[in-house]
Amino acid sequence: MTTTTLAVLVPLLPFLGAVAGLLTGRTAAAFVRPLAVLPTLAAFVLAVLVAARQGGGRAVDAATELTPTGSVPIELALHIDGFAALVAVLVGLVATCVQIYSTGYLRDDPRYPSYAALVSLFTSAMLLVVYSGDLMVLLVGWEVMGICSYFLVGHYWETPQARAASLKAFLVTKLGDVPFLIGLFALAGDAGSFRITKILGAVASDGGLDHPTVIALLLLAGVAGKSAQFPLHTWLPDAMAGPTPVSALIHAATMVAAGVYFTARLLPVFEASDAAMLVLAVMAAVTMTGSALAALAQDDIKRVLAYSTIGQLGYLTGALAVADRGAAVFHLLSHGAFKALLFLAAGVLIHAAGTNSLAAMSRTRGLRDRVPDAYWTMTVALLALAAIPPFSGFFSKESVLAAAEHVTGGHTEHAPAAAGWTVLVAGLLTALLTAAYATRLWLLAFRGRGTEAPGHGRQPVTMNAVLWVLAIPSLAFGGLAFRLLPDWFDGRDLTPTLTTSVLGTGVALVGGIVTYGAWRHTTALTARVPLGAVAAHPEGDAGAVEAEAIASHAPAYGDIARAPDPADPGRLLLGPLHRHAAAGFHLDAVYAALLVRPVLAGASLVRFLDREVVDAYVRGAGALPRVLGAAVRRAQTGNVQTYVSALLAGTVVLAVAAVLVATGA
Amino acid sequence: MHLAYPAVLSALLFCTGLYGVLARRNAILVLMSVELMLNAVNLNLVAFDVWLSRTAEETLHSGQALTLFTIAIAAAEIGIGLAIVLAVHRNRGTADIDRLRDTAEGRDPDEPDPETSAPGTAAEKAEATA
Repeated sequence: MTTTTLAVLVPLLPFLGAVAGLLTGRTAAAFVRPLAVLPTLAAFVLAVLVAARQGGGRAVDAATELTPTGSVPIELALHIDGFAALVAVLVGLVATCVQIYSTGYLRDDPRYPSYAALVSLFTSAMLLVVYSGDLMVLLVGWEVMGICSYFLVGHYWETPQARAASLKAFLVTKLGDVPFLIGLFALAGDAGSFRITKILGAVASDGGLDHPTVIALLLLAGVAGKSAQFPLHTWLPDAMAGPTPVSALIHAATMVAAGVYFTARLLPVFEASDAAMLVLAVMAAVTMTGSALAALAQDDIKRVLAYSTIGQLGYLTGALAVADRGAAVFHLLSHGAFKALLFLAAGVLIHAAGTNSLAAMSRTRGLRDRVPDAYWTMTVALLALAAIPPFSGFFSKESVLAAAEHVTGGHTEHAPAAAGWTVLVAGLLTALLTAAYATRLWLLAFRGRGTEAPGHGRQPVTMNAVLWVLAIPSLAFGGLAFRLLPDWFDGRDLTPTLTTSVLGTGVALVGGIVTYGAWRHTTALTARVPLGAVAAHPEGDAGAVEAEAIASHAPAYGDIARAPDPADPGRLLLGPLHRHAAAGFHLDAVYAALLVRPVLAGASLVRFLDREVVDAYVRGAGALPRVLGAAVRRAQTGNVQTYVSALLAGTVVLAVAAVLVATGA
Repeated sequence: MHLAYPAVLSALLFCTGLYGVLARRNAILVLMSVELMLNAVNLNLVAFDVWLSRTAEETLHSGQALTLFTIAIAAAEIGIGLAIVLAVHRNRGTADIDRLRDTAEGRDPDEPDPETSAPGTAAEKAEATA
């Protein structure tokens, strides 16, 4: 088979698996698990094959036009360069891991068939985005992901949090998608094609684009919505109301990666506008520092990871803002591996502890002995997240910082020096904070003291095996790949430079040590302040325990994001900032005041206009006939002889009239 | 015999019947008045048939045939009518048309008559016939 055929099969197989799963899920329960895992696994194998054949060489391009569609043609096009090939491998790997993990995690879930089919559809849509060479086809995958995330985040739709979160995720991403769509049309209008190769050719030509800044900013809105960048990031922490494997999928490989990947593909379009690059840099800086501060204050372990994802995505957009898409995709790949691992391990941890609250975990002794696999793999992933050498996160984060440092010198025409400084300073600050919240998470989850952790027996082997599979790339991918990857990407060197390595590792170590010190200081309080609630049905499958933990967090601790725990080192480190950071710097409240309430007020105004103004005319039109009808009804006396008299009178009148007309009088 | 005699007689009969229908209160008398009106029509039919057949070459005497139909139908009608009146009288103890006002505006048709607890359907049928 040619590479093109293989590449077409990669998104097609999960799609067919999803269709088959949705059609037969209720009737053929025995096939649900194979139908969920095998197509995704096959797609992963094929993606590896495609990557091996492509080999970082010349991009594979293929296109077919199904039907003429007017001025700008829409084609089914493939464009597979090194970026696409490697990102597809990551998507396949994480999706396969998530599917295998889900068979154990949602073992007893009655809605597992539709869940698995939607995960397959989600994977297929992301693979379509990755391989597509036509922006309209890419948009199809982009929007399918949006609707799949709506369904999957709302998987536990019995709880009000999940319902609200799924709606919020959908609406906020759509808020970005509308400008995105307009931007795509504007871009195609300027370039005369939806094909990525032709657009890049048009950008590189002498004329360039007519309106580069407008187009880049419109596209950025969609990217910010999808990739959860400030100010459209608020949906991501709430999306934690979905099952943990879905969070892993959304955060590691699909959905949020799509925005960054799209920007990387069209980076020359963004480079054409200095303003867009600066906006990108500021967006990245605000996103990463703000989210790292918020992550330090969260109590829900999954919300910590969610804010961490937002922060790491900030690094990705930061790398793009300094025009180094090699570094961006490098970090995307290594982040995908260790973030998927973190979420899946957190799922095991939540199941074992019966709670998603770090405050409650810090009062439980011996949690790490209950889940040794999750303990070791999560330690690896947290070290990678904190960018400690030699874990993979170190190399990829260094490549981002090095790229930013390179731009600060001003010896590149692709990005303004101001963008470089912004990204570099914010990146170093975030490295410090990242190490701090990673240390806090690890200490609170695994070094708790208090009552013995409840024993639920061993976790399902499918869940533990997947953790170790993902631990390998988290551990070794960065160190092995940084020499090879430039051949696949633009050829830009990804080797860590001495200055940024020392600086980055130094601030990370400082962050970790300071947090450890704070934890030593506050941990004595743990025993004095009893706190925590665990799930009431620990014997259920992991999904049920998690749903219960999420639903009970707000009633037990008063808030979905934080717990009144004085033993939390984050509280000591952040000081008065803690309250605001826990609430995500009140951005949700601002949006509620600026957008939600005006919209609700507008809706009630429309309801008033409809009911009181429009309906008044309708009711008025009905009132006159009703009055006349009432008058006529009064003649209805019930006396038959009256009716006959009236009949006679009418007949006489008619007869007289007929006679008069006949005689011509 | 001149056509005027039967025509005048039938007009008188019809007016008598009409007066009875409009003015009488007893349902049986109203039915009898209806019979008078029918017979006035029958008389007209026969008289005009004879008058027309005098000048025609050949005739089917359709007027007289129609009269036979009318008599048959009137017999059936009076049978049903009397049966209904009888049923109403049994249920309500009266055959007074002025008091059978179940279809008057402002009355709930599902509600039983306040004077008697009989269902109103029979009375309505009686009125429809009358």
